[in-house]
Amino acid sequence: MGSTFAEKLLARAAGEGVTQAGQIVDAYPNLIMSHAASWRCIRTLEKLGTDKLFDPDRIAMVMDHNSPAYSAKTAGDQKLCREFAASHGIKKFYDVDAGIAHVVLIEEGHVRPGMLLIGTDSHSTIYGALGVAGTGVGFSEVTATWVCGYLWMMVPESIKVVIEGPLSHGVYAKDVMLKLIGELTADGATYCSVEFHGSYVEGLSVSERMTLCNLAMEVGAKFAYVPPDEVTREYLERCGVARDAYEEIFPDSDARYVREVHIDGETLVPQVACPDTVDNVKSIEDVAGTPVNQVFIGSCTNAKYEDLVEAASILRGRHVAPGVRLIVTPASKQVLRRAIDSGVMSVLLDSGALVTNPGCGACAGDGGVMADGEVTLSTANRNFRGRMGSYDSEIYLASPVVAAATAVRGVIADPRDFIALPEGSIA
Amino acid sequence: MKARGRCWKFGDNIPTDQMVRSDRAIGSMDDMRKHVLENLNPAFARDVQPGDILVAGRHFGQSSGRAVAPKALQATGIGGLVVDSAARLFYRNCYEIGLPLLQCPGITAGVDDGDILAVDFESGIITNERSNVSLQGEAIPPFLMDMLRAGGLIPMAGRLAEEEQ
Repeated sequence: MGSTFAEKLLARAAGEGVTQAGQIVDAYPNLIMSHAASWRCIRTLEKLGTDKLFDPDRIAMVMDHNSPAYSAKTAGDQKLCREFAASHGIKKFYDVDAGIAHVVLIEEGHVRPGMLLIGTDSHSTIYGALGVAGTGVGFSEVTATWVCGYLWMMVPESIKVVIEGPLSHGVYAKDVMLKLIGELTADGATYCSVEFHGSYVEGLSVSERMTLCNLAMEVGAKFAYVPPDEVTREYLERCGVARDAYEEIFPDSDARYVREVHIDGETLVPQVACPDTVDNVKSIEDVAGTPVNQVFIGSCTNAKYEDLVEAASILRGRHVAPGVRLIVTPASKQVLRRAIDSGVMSVLLDSGALVTNPGCGACAGDGGVMADGEVTLSTANRNFRGRMGSYDSEIYLASPVVAAATAVRGVIADPRDFIALPEGSIA
Repeated sequence: MKARGRCWKFGDNIPTDQMVRSDRAIGSMDDMRKHVLENLNPAFARDVQPGDILVAGRHFGQSSGRAVAPKALQATGIGGLVVDSAARLFYRNCYEIGLPLLQCPGITAGVDDGDILAVDFESGIITNERSNVSLQGEAIPPFLMDMLRAGGLIPMAGRLAEEEQ
């Protein structure tokens, strides 16, 4: 019997020959990420009464939520992190200008295939896009791992998701994941490692792989994984990571999976997650026409450069509907810069979008909140009540092109109505 | 490790967002405690007594890690939680702060809000004193039981560090 990705990776991280699902190991993460909760980690370290860090080079801090600070309290918390990083030799410190931790750490070349990565953010499954085991933990666990270097981990069972492609026009990784979340439901993969395979995934862009792995959290996954390939290696080279700087891990062909799920990408249409749960998923035709007050293009799920390009392809030469707010929050400073350089930013601004500084923004309820009775269509990953302002407001989740089409129409709209089909294709 | 008290029963798939709302997550712990689960049952934060048992359905604590959510529950003085199932990160966070959590598939079908429950976290046995029916929860791994007895991960790490010196 062969091993899954998770079994092999945790064997490596724990220094064990082999591990099996269900086994509990002491695993050494290669990277320990903390974001808005970093100040809590520092305060916890003070309680622990030690200042000795296992390895400052394994620590990364990114000030992505509530940035820049809007209260003296938050400003003080961020100051504490800034000073702690400087005094403790933490070189991977990214301040309020950088953007969302997940995207920043990947762009900066800190995330490499075969790593184990823990973070104070639940969407740390996103690192699976590069063949990494990433998962969320609490802030005290991060503190303890800063000091000890390891933490307990149960080797998870694995689920194999096979996606056959190509997708049809106007359909993206976001739609694939919403479909999967709707089918598996929000706890369908609790504590499992979700591996993505199939012809759709082979050769897929890293940006879309990030969307797949980010949203795996919404079926309760512990890890997500896309097998590294030439796309991964070329992407990493552009991030300054040499090919000999990492060791990729692949599951065995006879690995044991608790479940196998097949998705037929070719027949998939745009999907929308409706209020108030991410697994309340419907096809676009069932919700088209629903009026919205606000559209948010942001978050670690769908505010990468490629996402902005897709949104701009619909917004070009068009204008946001009267009375509707379109908020665009680029995932990182690098995304913002590329969007400026390529002219995508001008398209967004010309369409009537409000563009904010890079970071988590409205996804974390930081600006862009709603009044009672309002509706937002968002490209983020969660739509629970009260997450974006009033408890009596509603959030729909969809891809960047659905968001752009919806902003133009003022009601939830099918992006395929806007997209010019390639020569010779059948609508 | 035991607890006995009133059962406060909640539903399935409750996200951390509804334990501590995002606008309150940056406030004081006292404020978070006073408003914990406010939109689902406003009486809970007001009337909960030390030792009471919070019972919930499937996938309790999904969504954001938001480690202040279990902390706010702990601050109410509850004796612990018994759930049909817990979200992975919420499960870890409870043990990390020393808040006993038992997974017992079927618990919500077997108890009603207001019942008096006696829970033995070591044996995993939950006794409903109203109906006199007992349920068997899933065993807590021994090292996590040690963590609970120590009061959480940080006190345990501190104790281990002292022993080493």
